[in-house]
Parts: sequence; structure tokens; C-alpha cells
Amino acid sequence: MTNLINRAKELLENGTVKVVIGYEAGPTGLARPAFITDPAKAGKLIYDDRCVQNLAVYLTKAEVKNLGKMAIVSTLPVMRSIMMLISEHQVMGDNIVVLGISTEKELLDIADIGVMKGYIEKCDLRNPEKDRETLAMLNALTPAERFAWWQKEMEKCIKCYACRQACPMCYCIRCTVEVNQPQWIPVQANPHGSTEWHILRAMHLAGRCISCGECGRACPVGIPCHLLTMQLADQVNNYFHVHAGTSDNMTSVLSTYEPNDKESFII
Amino acid sequence: METTRKLIRKQSLEKLYAHLSGSRKIYAPVTAANKQVDYKYNPPYAEVASDHIRSTLSVKNIVFPKVENLFLFTNNRTESTITDIELFKIPEVVLWGAHPCDTAAFDVLRSIFCWDTKDEFFSQRVEKLTVIGFACHKSDDYCFCTSTGLSPDSSKGSDILLSRLQNGDYVADIITEKGNAILDSCPGLFEAAPDEKPVITEVKVKFSHEQVTAKLANAFEHPFWIENSLRCIGCGACAYVCPTCACFDIQDETKGKNGKRYRSWDSCGFGLFTLHTSGHNPRQVQSQRWRQRIMHKFSYMPDRNESLGCVGCGRCSSGCPVDMNISEQLEALQNI
Repeated sequence: MTNLINRAKELLENGTVKVVIGYEAGPTGLARPAFITDPAKAGKLIYDDRCVQNLAVYLTKAEVKNLGKMAIVSTLPVMRSIMMLISEHQVMGDNIVVLGISTEKELLDIADIGVMKGYIEKCDLRNPEKDRETLAMLNALTPAERFAWWQKEMEKCIKCYACRQACPMCYCIRCTVEVNQPQWIPVQANPHGSTEWHILRAMHLAGRCISCGECGRACPVGIPCHLLTMQLADQVNNYFHVHAGTSDNMTSVLSTYEPNDKESFII
Repeated sequence: METTRKLIRKQSLEKLYAHLSGSRKIYAPVTAANKQVDYKYNPPYAEVASDHIRSTLSVKNIVFPKVENLFLFTNNRTESTITDIELFKIPEVVLWGAHPCDTAAFDVLRSIFCWDTKDEFFSQRVEKLTVIGFACHKSDDYCFCTSTGLSPDSSKGSDILLSRLQNGDYVADIITEKGNAILDSCPGLFEAAPDEKPVITEVKVKFSHEQVTAKLANAFEHPFWIENSLRCIGCGACAYVCPTCACFDIQDETKGKNGKRYRSWDSCGFGLFTLHTSGHNPRQVQSQRWRQRIMHKFSYMPDRNESLGCVGCGRCSSGCPVDMNISEQLEALQNI
């Protein structure tokens, strides 16, 4: 933690960056995102088990970008998100200083994108264990049982779009659900409209989801919608042997044809 | 009418529940497997929650459903027909177990839905609603009802307010004619009230809402808004869990020749909420939307609706994925 604070302070003091995006403790004890612009306030930064949000969502946010060059406290999911955002031309790698945090909560020395790539490659890129277990349970059900399980979850959906807003990969200014000519999916939060929304969201993230689980964490009514995107992350890996967010030059698996692609899913 | 206080014993409460569910639908809180508390229609009494601090969603769904059909239509090229919704079919409902913040919210909603034109859907649902409120014997750091002019045992919005006694029995304050009608329909369940004080939680006053309102009058351009909303991700969670947020979207949905027009919840936190057809958006960035949320509840509504737009339930803060703690911000605002 001291290393992180010192590094953040140094970056702000020597003018390398204008803002450090990290975590601070809120008054109720929860960790929340912090945007440190004054080196004297770098001491507010924390990093512990409470720091779970994927901060990469702020890299594309207008008012955060307006602050100037950014340094960002980055656990593995944040690093993978950055790789995706660079690959999709949403951020420039040169404009971001990565304050990498290892699984042991130590500050990593991530000098550039190449070093970050090397670090990511050595990490376990599978979905988190708890989610793998739930997915295994769901995959063992019959399609009808699985559909019934999800319908029960979808009934709870209020279409607040916290899942979308929390996701670093959902950066579209105008989402498909906000287009009404034509109306692609029903606006109303009924089981039909909500199911279509979650399928659409999952499909748009296939091959792009880096398994941070942020969408499910953000959901105020407790729908585990991250399982949908994680399932697709698994399938993409099975079919195309690709883990999202492992380089700054990812091609989109679902819109790229390779002659040796398996086509077994096309009936 | 004058409030009368009665005693209702623990075992009689179950009988009251059974008695009421015999003649109408009951909307009551239930604890789900994931520990969240959600309101359901007609749950068995054994499942009804009575120890929770707050349900995930507010109870506004009962008078302002997340989706409400406004009318149905058919379109046959040369001729179109419109079919009104039969409002008289809206059933009698008893809301059971709502806390004072949630019941007080009905008045706030009324100040919006019946501001000038009376909203028939809302009014009809309110008319068919009887509210059995439960005073709070528990609270947490997110609660701030006492800062919005309410209290954990406020009877505002309740027809009968129940407050728990030390031994698990309840005192029942009969507040309205609707409450009185319930008392008259089953007088055997109520007894003379004891002199004992019920167990009521203490909720600390965090700010003066009058002072906040006064400060907001000149705070539109204050740097506070950007500084305190950088972390807001612009989802609608706060608005959708809020008992007083009343913004809605209106959409048509058709299938072949038949269709319906409905309204569904909307949120001023969304980027496209204020987008004009010209392409201009008066609230282009999140800080402007966050400012609107606070301004609406604590400045515009006291000014125009003569009602504060917040009841201090704390849901927007407890449900926020990025810890946008509203009472913390209001505390800060009163001192800017």
C-alpha cells in the first residue's frame, strides 16, 4: 500500500499524470473509486479485499478523461479491460499509466503495455472458481430447466442498466436498447423484454468479456447476469482458443473469419 | 379523524393477515434465499418478513408499476380503434409491513402524479390501497428519515400503523377511515392498548433539509457536482429503487395489427434522458445528471410541489454499485 501511495504521489508530482484512479474508503467502510489529482491526497488510496470494482469503466468516461492523462490502479481484470479498450481503439495505451496490483496485493512494475501483456499471459485467465461452480451446475440442467432458472431471475430485472453501465466494455454512447426506430427489443422490464436484453448484452460481449463479474456485482436486485457473459467467454475459448484481453491487438472473434475456425456450432 | 390506539397480540396479527387476505390481495415483504427482501402478492404468513431494515425495491410498484398499460389499440389501415384500460378492475390491495419512509412516499408521489392533472391510473391504485405500516425497530447507517422531516414511527401514509412492543405484541394506531373499517370488520382481534412504549429505533439526524434547500438555490454552478459524481456510472439503480422517483417513459409496442401504449420507469441518470430530437442534450455529462437528481428532490420539489422529494429510506445509497452515498453528499451540501 505504501508503495502504491508513493508511486501515485510521484506520478502526480512529476507531472507524468494528472489523475490517479484508485480506491478509497467511504464513510460506511466500503471501498469506492477515488480520483486523486492532488499529490497531497495520495494517502487516501487503499488497496485491500474491499476493492472489487473494475475501475477500467472510467477510462472512457468524458469527465474523467477531461482531467488529463491517467494512472489507474489495475488488478488483472482492469489490465485485461485496458487491453480490450486499446484493441477496440477506445483508449491509447501511451496515455495510461498502469499501477498493476498482483494477486498478493503487491504493486507491480508495469512499465508499458508489453510488460502488462507478459504479466497477463502468466495469470489464470479462467472464470473465477465460484462462478465456474455455478456454471457447472447450470450446464448440468436440461435446456428447459435452465431456461426456467433464468426466467425466475429475469422476473426481478428492472432494466436499470446497472449491468451495462458497470461494464468497461459497454462504452457505446447509444446502446441498441436506446434505438427505437426500429425497436429491437421491448423497452419494458417484463420477463420477455428483460430476457431479450440480457441475451443481447451477453452476445455483444462474447469474446470481449474479461470475466470481471462487475455486471452481476452492480445489479441492485441480485441477478447473476455475469454468468451469461462468463458462459460465453468459456465457449469462445473452447471454440477459438482465445481469452479476451490478453493483447492490445485482439481481433473480435465473432466478426473475424479464420479458415481453421471450427464451424461445428452451425447446424 | 382522531387516532385511536389499540393492542394487537402476536397471535392475533396472523389472524388479521388471514382475515384481510380473505377479501383482497395482500402485498407483503418476503426474505429471498439470497437474504434480499422483496414484496410479493399473497405470500403465506409464515414467510412474511418483519425484521428487515429495507426491502431491495421500494413499494412504489403498487401504485406506480414498473410497467403500466395505458391503452390498447388495433390498426386496420383505414380504421383504428382504441380500447381504454378498465380502471375499475384494479383490485383492492392491502400493503402489509411497509416502513414509515415507504408509506410517506405515497404523498410525495401524489404531489407529482396529481400536480395539475390527476393521473387516473395512480389515483385509482391509491384509492384501492389500504396500508398497514410497521414502525421501525431496526435501522442502519443508510437510514436518514429523521433528516427529511419523518421518523421511524411516523404514521404518514399508513391507515393503521403497528409498532412492536418488547414482548412481540404490537400497538395499533388506527389513523384513517380505511383503518377504522378494518378495526370494525374484526374488532375481536384488537384489545385495549397498554400504557407501554413500543420499541422504536433511533435514527440520527444527519442534516437539515431546510438548510440544504436554501444552499441549493445558489449551488447550480458549484464545483461540488463534478467532484462528487466522477464515480457515478450513470445507471438507473438509484431511481428505480427509490420510493419517490416518478419519471417514466412512454412506448408503443405492436404485434401485427394490435398494440399497446405503456409507461415504464425511467431515470434522469441516463445519458439519453434529456436528448432532444435536434441532437442537443442539455445534460451532456454525468455531473449534470447527478445535480438534477439532488436538485429535483431537495430544491425543485420543495419549491413547486411543496413536498420534499426524499423520505430518507437510504435505498439509493445501499443499492448503488459505486457507493454514491446521498446522505453524505447532503451533509456536505448543507455546508458548502
